[in-house]
Amino acid sequence: MEKYTFFQKILLYIAITVFMTYILLPFFEMFMASLRPLEHLFRSPYQFWSDDMSLKAYSDIWDTVPLLGRYIFNSVFLATVTTILCMSFVIPAAYSYARFNFRGKRISLGLFLGVNMFAGAVLLIPLYKLLRSLGLLNTYAAMFVPGAAFLVPTGIWLLKAYLEKIPIELEESAYIDGASRMYILRKVVLPLAVPGLIVVGVATFIGAYAQQFLFAITFNQKREYMPLPAGIFEFVGYQSVIWNELMAASIVGIVPVLIIFLFLQKYLVEGLTKGAIKE
Amino acid sequence: MNSNKADYNTTWQKFVRSHAIYAWLLIVPAALFLFIIVGWPLAETVRLSFTNAGLGGEKYIGWDNFEKLYNSRKYPGIVGRTFYWMFLSVSLKMILGTIGALLLNAKLKGRAAFRVMVMPPWIVPMAIGCIGWLWVYNGHFGILAGVLMHLGILDGPFEFLAYKTSAFYSTIVTDVWVGTPMVTIFFLAAMQGVSQDLYEAAYVDGASRWYRFRRITIPQIMPVIVSMALLSAIWTFNSFEIIWILTEGGPRGATTTMIIDTYKMAIANYKFGYGATRALMVVLFLTVFSLIYLFILGKVHQRFKVK
Repeated sequence: MEKYTFFQKILLYIAITVFMTYILLPFFEMFMASLRPLEHLFRSPYQFWSDDMSLKAYSDIWDTVPLLGRYIFNSVFLATVTTILCMSFVIPAAYSYARFNFRGKRISLGLFLGVNMFAGAVLLIPLYKLLRSLGLLNTYAAMFVPGAAFLVPTGIWLLKAYLEKIPIELEESAYIDGASRMYILRKVVLPLAVPGLIVVGVATFIGAYAQQFLFAITFNQKREYMPLPAGIFEFVGYQSVIWNELMAASIVGIVPVLIIFLFLQKYLVEGLTKGAIKE
Repeated sequence: MNSNKADYNTTWQKFVRSHAIYAWLLIVPAALFLFIIVGWPLAETVRLSFTNAGLGGEKYIGWDNFEKLYNSRKYPGIVGRTFYWMFLSVSLKMILGTIGALLLNAKLKGRAAFRVMVMPPWIVPMAIGCIGWLWVYNGHFGILAGVLMHLGILDGPFEFLAYKTSAFYSTIVTDVWVGTPMVTIFFLAAMQGVSQDLYEAAYVDGASRWYRFRRITIPQIMPVIVSMALLSAIWTFNSFEIIWILTEGGPRGATTTMIIDTYKMAIANYKFGYGATRALMVVLFLTVFSLIYLFILGKVHQRFKVK
């Protein structure tokens, strides 16, 4: 295949720079704001660089909001539990849709995908009632139970596409050899599906981690259970906002997950390619 | 050997065919879970929409809520704004997602690093990304106004979120920012799934890059584009956190979409019944939109005989 000319390369790098500027701008801005002393933040005109920048905000955040560490932990913990709960429903259902033909398959699959239409925000009031009658308000479950439910349809859709790619012959021969159905699912299908499970698991985790705000502020009043996106608003006081610490805490809060992600992203792109998500 | 093969096939076919019950057993847990967490609340929303439920109890009032909504002077504007917001945002996500995927697919040094760098807006909690944008949009101290003032495009501070038009487009820019990475990654995955032989054959025949993009890449990844566009449209329609954190639907309702409006009515004003009616309208509009989308899609497929 042809190579890029020098000129084309330059153009591509310029385009990538523009694209990445858009993607990374808010993070850059957060980082710059976190370095400035609070009084300096409200200085106009805008200065890119000044000599009074420091990392002080990064040590002060732990005193301003003592539970910050807990919030960061809660976020990761909630996302993990949500993912496990969601996957335990997704795996059998996706396998069933990938392998079997049965009456009502298309309709039930359509209904599952239809759930995507209902955002949590639309169903808040009845969900509140439901969680209250189940005694789940103000617990971790108040956040991960509805959180998992809304992630199930996409999970089924993604994993189904992946499972369909696994050759059926292995299951056939295991069945001929007298293996039980559950044994086939557990010992034949799942090990082969590991790359697909990683992809769907990571995608679910991202969904669960990125959207923790609404259910947390509505169904949970206990501060010790708050995830980071809700807890971080403690830096927003009635009178004033401690902007530099708000930014510092945001950065500290997301770094652990970004690091985990550095290692997982390779599998995500590869896995999505192999699953060749269609329809 | 031959008869053996036949036996084997029939056993297997029996296994596949006679397993409707097993197939359903595997689905039931997920179905039951969603029925409780989504199905029941939906039914309850329908019931509430015919009541005047609030903090002080509830009473059946028939179609009153719907009539009130129908006669509301503001509501058509909100519906129109929601669709306009969705249309702009989804179109931009698809365009930027395609461009992004092409750039990340180009064989350049640093490609692996770029692929990592594109993901943060998707991974990071939306609420936290929005905090960053709040400061970017800050008229006095934010980088956007700062740079524009340095360049002389703005002659003074400009609060992006304080004026109707600029607030509306600012929320779109942020929503596109949140949505683009996922679209990019899915398109990138789809592009990598396209057989290299196609490109090489076209190259040998002297097809230009642009021609190959139009005639190979786009048709090959079309199924992914089409399904991502629908999913993205639904998510964008239902997008709550971004607008809520940036503007709470303001200034003067300029960024109030149907979902924000529903939330305000039900949660902030405690009008559960009237709020439920609005929630139902969100679901209704979205369902109709999706059905029309799928219908048109079916027609297009028939017309052009693509799969």
